[in-house]
Amino acid sequence: MIVAVNQLVAAQDVAAIPTLITVLGYNNPGAAVAAVDGLVALGSEAVPALLEQIDGYNYGARAWAIRAVALIGDPRALPVLLETAKGDFALSVRRAAARGLGTIDWSKLTSDQSVSSQREVLAVLIGAAQDPEWVVRYAAIAALEGLAKALVKPETQKPPILDCLDQVFHHDETPAVQARACRALEVLGEPS
Amino acid sequence: MAQDPQPLVNAEGESLTIDQALENLRQTADTGLRYYAAWWLGRFRVSIPEAIAGLVSALEDEGDRAPDGGYPLRRNAARALGKLGDRTVVPALIQCLGCNDYYVREAAAQALESLGDPQAIPALRSLLAGGVAAAVAVPDKPHLVQPYNAVLEALGTLGATDAIDEISPFLEHEVAQVQNAATRALYQLTGEATYCDRLVQRLQEPNLQLRRSAMMDLGAIGYLPAAQPIAATLAENSLKLIALQGVLESHLRQTGFPKFGLTDDARQVLVLMDELL
Repeated sequence: MIVAVNQLVAAQDVAAIPTLITVLGYNNPGAAVAAVDGLVALGSEAVPALLEQIDGYNYGARAWAIRAVALIGDPRALPVLLETAKGDFALSVRRAAARGLGTIDWSKLTSDQSVSSQREVLAVLIGAAQDPEWVVRYAAIAALEGLAKALVKPETQKPPILDCLDQVFHHDETPAVQARACRALEVLGEPS
Repeated sequence: MAQDPQPLVNAEGESLTIDQALENLRQTADTGLRYYAAWWLGRFRVSIPEAIAGLVSALEDEGDRAPDGGYPLRRNAARALGKLGDRTVVPALIQCLGCNDYYVREAAAQALESLGDPQAIPALRSLLAGGVAAAVAVPDKPHLVQPYNAVLEALGTLGATDAIDEISPFLEHEVAQVQNAATRALYQLTGEATYCDRLVQRLQEPNLQLRRSAMMDLGAIGYLPAAQPIAATLAENSLKLIALQGVLESHLRQTGFPKFGLTDDARQVLVLMDELL
């Protein structure tokens, strides 16, 4: 099946979207990874169908679809990514959603829309930076770095990001998370 | 994080307070509650003396018996003690290496590895008695006569250089995971990179279980040149991230992070990890 999926992916054709989405529900991780790659390559075109899938009942398919929209970065996925990063029970899904919040393509929104959405994303990521699982905190830190670089109103929103990064750098219990916060501070020009 | 205010909530959303968990561990009427409390105290790193004492006495529990004759509570108590960092429990865990439940012995060996006290070395070595010839499967069980992986890994971590000659033959054991454990221990004991390169080659195995096992071993020993091959191997991102965390954190320790900041090598591992999120 993976071979067939890869052929569909290689075609880079929007007509393949429904089939690739069906593959997400087959409980075949190899095929699902290939289908996610294909859907991500098709970008925004795949987003409406993916969001529909996320409303469905198949939990496995939902997790893969969230992963795909997290990688695409289309702002239409913001509500689902915010909800997922806040409270999905599967840590790998929270992780993917947090990461996705850091790579939203803000140019697709008006600047007013971006300001209010970025405020929400900021609040959720600061919460995710306290997640019990280190890898979710790590993803939240990486995403805060991405968000900080894309802020429409850095004068009010960058200081809380830097505060959060600084807190995590000094106090997180997991050295890998501290290291990620250290890197984010370097990248944002705030060497700790 | 672990020090957050109570009640602490687990992944399933059940919450306990420390007092409740201690009480649940103390009572004997409900074995399920005791079992969960032992796990919970370890998960949330509750290392207060009352917790340690409760878990140590749980290592001798007779109340919770599995259908196969095993001791589920003892297993969980040993695992929890491995997480709590209190070396006063080492003698009690050494006793568990003689338990007739394989999984208690395995949990004890892993806990002794985490606690890092070389006092445990002689007892761990004794489980290798008879060498590879004795290291056979138990009929009708999914495991060997001893928890060789855990024992070999612990001997490596604890720096048991005197045991090198006993460990080396396990490189040729018929079970690949045992070979990996021996490889990992010998790298830790000798510092010779050829051992790690054996594990890196394993990342190309057609068998997913073997790739996973090699990856976790490389993460556990923190072999920096394995970072790129780990990121590229065909396995779940979740496991790759854990292995890379191991590689990164071992490098961070060696380079004096956070005092001396990040090295370029550390930055590169972070880039690899970001791509797997």
